[in-house]
Amino acid sequence: MTAAARPTRPESVVVVGAGQGGFQTAASLREHGYPGPITLISAEDALPYERPPLSKTYLMGEADESQLWLRPATYYVRRSIDLVRGTVTGIDPVARTVRLADGSGYGYGHLVLATGARPRTLGVPGAGLRGVHVLRTAEDAVALRASLASARHAVVVGAGFIGLEFAAAARESGCEVTVVEALDRPLARTVSARTAGHFARLHRSKGTRLLCGQGVAALHGDRRGAVTAVELADGRRLPADLVLIGVGVTPRTELAAAAGLAVGDGITVDSRLLTGDSHISAIGDCAAFPQVRSGDLRRLESVQNAVGHARLVAARLTGAPGSYEEAPWFWSDQFSTTLQIAGHADGHDEEVLLGDGPRAFSVLLFRGGTLLAVESVNRPVDHLAARRLMQPGAGLTLDEARGEGFSLQDHVANRSGGYAGSVG
Amino acid sequence: MPEITYVAVDGTACSVEVPLGTSVMRGAVFNDIDGIVAQCGGNAQCATCHVYVDETSLDALEQAQPEEEHMLGFTAADRLPNSRLSCQLKVTGALDGLIVHLPERQY
Ligand SMILES: Cc1cc2nc3c(=O)[nH]c(=O)nc-3n(C[C@H](O)[C@H](O)[C@H](O)COP(=O)(O)OP(=O)(O)OC[C@H]3O[C@@H](n4cnc5c(N)ncnc54)[C@H](O)[C@@H]3O)c2cc1C
Ligand code: FES
Repeated sequence: MTAAARPTRPESVVVVGAGQGGFQTAASLREHGYPGPITLISAEDALPYERPPLSKTYLMGEADESQLWLRPATYYVRRSIDLVRGTVTGIDPVARTVRLADGSGYGYGHLVLATGARPRTLGVPGAGLRGVHVLRTAEDAVALRASLASARHAVVVGAGFIGLEFAAAARESGCEVTVVEALDRPLARTVSARTAGHFARLHRSKGTRLLCGQGVAALHGDRRGAVTAVELADGRRLPADLVLIGVGVTPRTELAAAAGLAVGDGITVDSRLLTGDSHISAIGDCAAFPQVRSGDLRRLESVQNAVGHARLVAARLTGAPGSYEEAPWFWSDQFSTTLQIAGHADGHDEEVLLGDGPRAFSVLLFRGGTLLAVESVNRPVDHLAARRLMQPGAGLTLDEARGEGFSLQDHVANRSGGYAGSVG
Repeated sequence: MPEITYVAVDGTACSVEVPLGTSVMRGAVFNDIDGIVAQCGGNAQCATCHVYVDETSLDALEQAQPEEEHMLGFTAADRLPNSRLSCQLKVTGALDGLIVHLPERQY
């Protein structure tokens, strides 16, 4: 082997985790012409698949698991992506090897940690009863779908996206649904009060009971170990034969921590998505990376974030280094309402409402006169314009947004001379 | 099952049978045809499933819904009059024999 051969190209890439980010890393490496060995290690049985349908169409429909696959099995074979089934239990950063639960090991030139996150559990008595579910994997969804088929009273703990999406699906399948949320409104950490209020009304109008500011004290079951009721902090008992716990996730950082890498709420990486070890990157739900504007470390949980990270790492490993500056975007479907978010709302102090109907509107969130995020409810065109507006260089002032007859599309069209070009 | 033909930029054509009720996007992804990325899984959110419908096939298609229409403004390769999002093209009997051309790039 010649010493001078392309220093930026590692001899082999090992990716831990074959979710949205891990899959995309392997796919993008091959697209960029990376010729070396790629090992994609998956703790899950299924071929790499997408998660968003798990809390939406997949729960309702007859669709089988293959509908969720990102690519068929032949894809990996044709591109010489070695898809390995197994759980990585340790990293040796000095020898540059990973060890699997079955005792096998793989050497790496570069290691990408794409381990995602695991659902938080509820630390109350009865959390282990039959009929109590979380929703993260296809396996979880299969179990939940089976439970839903016979359930009459579903209780959802946590009014975040997954809880509410499941609540909508359960309601549509004819189940009685109660959502219990500890904070005073749904989606409290992720959207503005106005948008949250819209979703609260939407769910109530469909017959879902939404109890905010309520903690859960315990889950009760029958003699056979199946859940029968949810006991609230105020002592009330809600009958339940199905409980979904949707109280957020914890990043899977233990491998990184054991290997001596910096870990906070997520594996700490720099703007190139590199950990403190120049042979190890971390991406997607498990990675805390510096935000473009503030520099604060933060984790994001979205398809776009995992895919964007993966592409950046693949580009770096094939000789095109850069920093991660993509503006985040996200979507959620509940009943026939689509919420789309561009940017990240962090302590906004001003908001501007666009649109006149109660069922379709956009909220523009500003802080100190700077646009932070745009939340669009059934206004896909606003969302697309907002995504363009979040890119470096494009701008919108509070005064402009408040102007008579302001439209996001027109503003963006005037700025950039039209829509031509691509969005992340 | 309706047969759909995907023509790559270099002119190579690949014809596959695609189940009714799925989409022209799924037909490509499930058959491991290069050139369709479909990052958002068919939600008209990403425009990475862009195709050019062959002139001979245009009549078989229904008009694009407004959502698709707007998303088409975000394609990586040029938008042409015959541009469509393949995830929004539902496979029906009327699509048997459909020919689509894949763009040079999707993002
Ligand atoms: C039900 C649901 C609905 C969602 N809906 C939306 C939506 O509408 N829009 C949106 O933008 N986002 C949505 N998301 C979020 C999105 O799916 C995630 O942000 C995305 O999947 C993150 O990708 P990732 O690669 O970081 O992690 P993941 O996709 O979670 O993949 C991580 C993988 O790593 C594996 N792994 C972990 N540790 C190891 C180990 N030691 N060895 C081997 N393998 C390991 C895990 O088993 C897992 O398969 C949803 C998520 C869920 C769960
Ligand atoms: S797959 Fe994303 S728009 Fe078609």
